[in-house]
Amino acid sequence: MADKVLMKGNEAIAEAAITAGCRFYFGYPITPQTEIAAYMAKRMPKIGGTFLQAESEIAAINMVYGVASAGKRVMTSSSSPGISLKGEGISYMAGSDLPGLIVNVQRGGPGLGGIQPSQSDYFQATRGGGHGDYHLIVLAPASVQEMADLTIKGFELADKYRMMAMILADGTMGQMMEPVSLDFDIKPEPEKPWATTGTQMKRPHNIINSLSLVPEELEEQNFKRYEKYAEIAKNETMYEEYMMDDAEIAIAAFGIAARVSKNAVNEARKKGIKAGLIRPITLWPFPKEPFMKAADHVKQFISVELSMGQMIEDVELAEQCRRPVTLCNRAGGMIPSPEMVLAAIEEAAKNGGAL
Amino acid sequence: MDYKRITLLCGHYGSGKTNIAVNMAMDLKKQYDNTVIADLDIVNPYFRTKDSKDVLEQAGIRLVASQYAGTNLDIPAMPQEMYSLTDDRSIKAILDIGGDDRGALALGRLAPSIRKEGDYEMLMVINRYRPLTRDAASTIEVMREIEYAGGIPFTGLINNSNLGDETTAQVVLDSVDYAEEVARASGLPLVCTTVEKSLYEELSDKLERLFPLTLQPKIR
Repeated sequence: MADKVLMKGNEAIAEAAITAGCRFYFGYPITPQTEIAAYMAKRMPKIGGTFLQAESEIAAINMVYGVASAGKRVMTSSSSPGISLKGEGISYMAGSDLPGLIVNVQRGGPGLGGIQPSQSDYFQATRGGGHGDYHLIVLAPASVQEMADLTIKGFELADKYRMMAMILADGTMGQMMEPVSLDFDIKPEPEKPWATTGTQMKRPHNIINSLSLVPEELEEQNFKRYEKYAEIAKNETMYEEYMMDDAEIAIAAFGIAARVSKNAVNEARKKGIKAGLIRPITLWPFPKEPFMKAADHVKQFISVELSMGQMIEDVELAEQCRRPVTLCNRAGGMIPSPEMVLAAIEEAAKNGGAL
Repeated sequence: MDYKRITLLCGHYGSGKTNIAVNMAMDLKKQYDNTVIADLDIVNPYFRTKDSKDVLEQAGIRLVASQYAGTNLDIPAMPQEMYSLTDDRSIKAILDIGGDDRGALALGRLAPSIRKEGDYEMLMVINRYRPLTRDAASTIEVMREIEYAGGIPFTGLINNSNLGDETTAQVVLDSVDYAEEVARASGLPLVCTTVEKSLYEELSDKLERLFPLTLQPKIR
C-alpha cells in the first residue's frame, strides 16, 4: 500500500514513460493532456532528459521522427485536433519503420470540438490516420494503473516490431486520479543496429527514409510490413472478458465506456439477466477471437461508445454478423451512464436478444 | 477552525485544494454569515469549485467564479467580481487557487491588497502520496515556487495525504512523519490534517486538529 502513489492518468503516462527509459519528449499543449507535458517539463531536466515544447504539433512529431531515427525511446502526446496535425509525420515514421509512442487523450470533435472526453478518434487510430497503408499498435487503457502499464508495453512493442504504438485514452482517463503502483519490471531495450548513430567508419551508412524511387521496391516494403502486422495480430492481441462464460447479452466497450459498462453488467446480473463484457485492450490488432467465440452463445452484442459508433464496425466484422450488434452511445463529450447501458441491456433481453 | 478574513488554499496540482475549500466554506458559514468562496483556478478546466455550485448555493454561500468555469471554453479567466474579495471587508472568504506556481500567478493582482490588510492565512495543501511531493524537500520546492509566483508567503500547512479510494486510517497515519518534517523544514505550523469523514472517528483520538471532509462529487 505505502509504495502506491495517487496520480492523474496523464501523470501516470509521463512517469511510466520515464521509467521505460524515454528521455525525449516533444509536444505542444492541448487540453485534456497538458499534464503530460507539464510533468515532463518538471522531470526531464532533473534526469538528463529532453523536454521541448515545439512550435506546433507538426514540429513535435518531426522531432520524434529524428530521435526515433537515432534509436532512442521517444514520445509525443496530444489530443484529437493535435493528433490530426501529427498525421503526416506519423505516416512518414510508418514508412520509415520507426518505433515511438504517441499518446492521444481524446476530446469531443470534430474540429476544435470541446474539452470533455470522447472516443471518436477510434477510426483515425485504428485505420492509420495519416496516408498510406500502415497501422499503429493501439492500446486502450481503462484505469490510471493501465495508463502506466500500457505506456511501458507500448514502448516495448514499438521497439520489438519497429513501428509506432499509440495510447488511445480519453479526457476522463487523463484527468481522473487513482492510486498507482509504479513498481515495474522493465525489460532491457533491444539493440537497434538500423539506427543512425554514426558509422565510426566500421559499417555501411544506415539510411532512414520513406521515399522509394522504384515502385516494385515500395510494393515489396508494403508486403513485408503487412506480414509483420499479421504476426502482431497473432501474438499481441489483448482483451479482458468479464462474466462472458454464460453471457446472452455481450457488451463491447473499451476505456471509460468499459468501466461504465462493467457497473451495468453487475446491475443486470442482479436482475437475473445474463450480461457480460468484452473489453478490447488492443484496438489494433482488434481481438476478433472472443467475439467469434461469444457469438456461439450470445444473442445480441451492444457496442457502448463515446462516439457515433466506430468500434461497432469492428465488432460486426469480428463476429461476422452472426448476431445483431446495437449501439449505445453518447457523443460530443458526454459519457453514457450505467443506467443508460443497463436500459440497453434490458431492452435487448426483453426482445429475446434479437432486434 | 478559526478563520482569518481571507483563507487562501494553494498547493501542488491535485493535492485536494478544491475539496478542502468547499468544506472549509461550509465550516466557516456556521461561524460567520457573510461567507464567500472564490474559484480562482486559471490552470485546470476540470474539478472546479464551481462543480459544487448547487451545494454552495443551498448553504447560502456566495460563489465567485468565472462564468467560463466548467464550460468548453478552456481559457484562464478570472471572475469579474474578484476585487470584491479584497475591497469588501465585511465578507470572510475562502480562495481556491489553481495548482502549482502557474496557478498561483492568479494572485498577482490581489496579493498587494491581501498583504496590506494583513488579515489572511495562506495555506499549503500537501499530500505525500502525490509523486512529485513525496518528501519534505520536493514539497518545499513546490512551496517556494508557489510563493514566488503568488507573491504571498505561506503561513501554514494542511496535511491532506491520501490515496483516493484506497485511503485507510493507516495511510493517513503513515503521512504524519512527512507532514511534521515539512513543518519543521519550512518553519510553518500544521494547521490541520484533513480526512474523508468516514475515517474521522477512527483517527480522532490519534491525530490533533483533524478536519473531516465531505468529498464533492463532480456534477456533470
